Amino acid sequence: MRVLWFLIQKEFIQIFRNKALLPMMTILPVIQLLLLSNAASNEVKNVNIAVVDNDQSEFSKELTDKIMANKRFSLIATPFGNKEAMKYMQGNEVDIILQIPANFEKKFLRKEQPSMQVLVNAVNGQQATVGSGYLINIISTFNKSLIENVASFTMSKTNTATIVNRNWYNPELKYTHFMAPGILAELTALLTIVLSAMNVVREREIGTIEQINVTPIKKWQFILGKLIPFLCIGIFLLIIGLTVSKIIFNIPMRGSLITLFLYAIVNLVAVLGFGLLISNFANTQQQAIFVAFFFILIFILMCGLFTPIESMPKWAQYATIPNPLAHFISVARKVLMKGSGWAAIKMEFIYTLVLAIIFNTLAIISYRKQES
Amino acid sequence: MFKVFWAFVKKETYHILRDKRTLLILFGMPLAQILIFGFAVTNEFKNAAIDVLDHSKDQESKQLIQQMQSSGYFKLHNLLKSEDEMEAGFKNGDTKLVMVIPANFSSALYSNTGMKIQIIADGSDPNNANTLVQYANQMIHRFQEQKGDLSSNPYKIPIETRMLYNPQLRSSYNFVPGTIALILLIISAMLTSLTIAKEKETGTMEILLVSPLHPLIIILGKVTPYAVLSFVDVILVLLIGYFIFDVPVVGSLILLLIMSALYVITALSLGTLISTASKTQQDAMMRSLMGLMLPSMILSGFIFPLTSMPLVLQVLGHLIPATYFIEILKGIMLRGVGLEFIWKPFLILVFMTVVLLLLTWKNFKIRLQ
Repeated sequence: MRVLWFLIQKEFIQIFRNKALLPMMTILPVIQLLLLSNAASNEVKNVNIAVVDNDQSEFSKELTDKIMANKRFSLIATPFGNKEAMKYMQGNEVDIILQIPANFEKKFLRKEQPSMQVLVNAVNGQQATVGSGYLINIISTFNKSLIENVASFTMSKTNTATIVNRNWYNPELKYTHFMAPGILAELTALLTIVLSAMNVVREREIGTIEQINVTPIKKWQFILGKLIPFLCIGIFLLIIGLTVSKIIFNIPMRGSLITLFLYAIVNLVAVLGFGLLISNFANTQQQAIFVAFFFILIFILMCGLFTPIESMPKWAQYATIPNPLAHFISVARKVLMKGSGWAAIKMEFIYTLVLAIIFNTLAIISYRKQES
Repeated sequence: MFKVFWAFVKKETYHILRDKRTLLILFGMPLAQILIFGFAVTNEFKNAAIDVLDHSKDQESKQLIQQMQSSGYFKLHNLLKSEDEMEAGFKNGDTKLVMVIPANFSSALYSNTGMKIQIIADGSDPNNANTLVQYANQMIHRFQEQKGDLSSNPYKIPIETRMLYNPQLRSSYNFVPGTIALILLIISAMLTSLTIAKEKETGTMEILLVSPLHPLIIILGKVTPYAVLSFVDVILVLLIGYFIFDVPVVGSLILLLIMSALYVITALSLGTLISTASKTQQDAMMRSLMGLMLPSMILSGFIFPLTSMPLVLQVLGHLIPATYFIEILKGIMLRGVGLEFIWKPFLILVFMTVVLLLLTWKNFKIRLQ
């Protein structure tokens, strides 16, 4: 036990001695947390539009005004022809072109149902669908008001069902409440994987590991001695990150923080075991970084932070099971936002525990005291 | 002079190619990234699990539930029996949406009495909630129109929507350019900053610097192989994009390659700048990982729309080279435009590169402390 204590002390001294690394481990993640939580929203708030008004009538002007009045649309130009409008689109200045056909007003009054053309830049499919959806909504509302003004025809409104929509847990649909815990989980995992993956191999590279190897320290003591300090850093970062998110974004904390931290400890142990495992198999820091980075990228892309796991194909959903990051994010969101308890995060906990045991056992086994 | 340089580049190239882990990053990562984005990651919502609390329990309500499922967006997870059961699905994370059908559903559908359909979404994921509520709304309205027959209105504005550049709305059209930008950045900036930092850490940089080679040649020699290899990656990603995901290059391929070359230089100068500022590999790694990768991924408009972000973040996004490169790539590959439409981002990239190179030049110390 005393041996372990000295090992841990030694690691801490080394960590705090590195003046360049310290701010990068604390300040940089917090800044990222603040910035990125705000950025990560799929909401489409601004659509740049060009209106080609070939009708120039009372109707078409009114419609243009309606679109301009909507705060989601910015009217960039009112070009005279389709060719000119397409230039704006090609230069990426507008996202949508609305073409109002000539004699639109006349035809409408003659019940000829003149059609409007909406051209959408669909490079990003989701944004295109949402953006054109807004526009189509405005046009249909405009259509309804026209009907009421122009014709005696009235639609029977009574058999339209009212759809009452409520959003639980986050009634104002604040993106930061959703993103901040996820990004925090990601940053913590990222930092601890990189630090632990580089650590043992660094000692090997500069030769200090040989000194440890000639001492009677046991393998598991060595691995634990590496693991515990980084675990402390990870937990410290989590505390800081949660505090900052609470103060700045006022994220909800409905569940038990003890549950969250107990789970976080298991998760960090799993992640660190993974990092140490990489470290054991690498000969140089560069190799360790590359391998760690390769997995980090896959972990991040497939953890459900930016895109929902439920939308992935089945095989990809199974592929998220050995991804500790995915479980961490899921647990953080459940506990903080929905106040879920142990029963609701049981599966994540079991998966993570199994991962922690596998990674760390492999790390202890693969650690060679003698260079072959 | 050139012979010495060439020999140096050759030596560096051997170094890179000998190491399997470097190759994993160089060729495995672009491959993994594009395949994950192409096959696994999508912004679309499919088969979202919903619970239904059906107070009506008749032919019509069953039809509505059936119709919502047949759209492919929703999948019935649970038929609830009472209000008390609504929360359990949310807490476990099994359910995304609960729809409550009132008892007078079918009678109200044919008569003119009003009814209220309740939709409760899991707002903890705003993105999901927003989209799913919209889908559900549309589907309920359509169901009503079919049942209630509102089509007798002659005053209608039909809207023809055309999706340009990506008529099938494939997400690959968006992620292939983004992946190219990210990969080039990671390989050019991160790998070079690491190799130079490594030479410093192990002390071999001093040996190189006292050699008769000019320091500039040394840096160039280290950088050139990565530039060439990242180019191979561009071509690899383009080929996979074209043959597996049907992403075309509508515009000029030559222009595309020239722009990629420019961006590689930008990324390389970023990498050397990072390496001049860091003493150890750990340092360099932290700076490039924390400072470059995540911001470039999130603030470049690749995943999230830049114009919807708060102003501060929009400004930050415009400081990131990837933002402009992605714009250029989309212009050339998908909209098929020439230089006349992308001269603005092009000039900004050139300007950034010059500034970065000057900064690197100023920071570069021939003597190490």
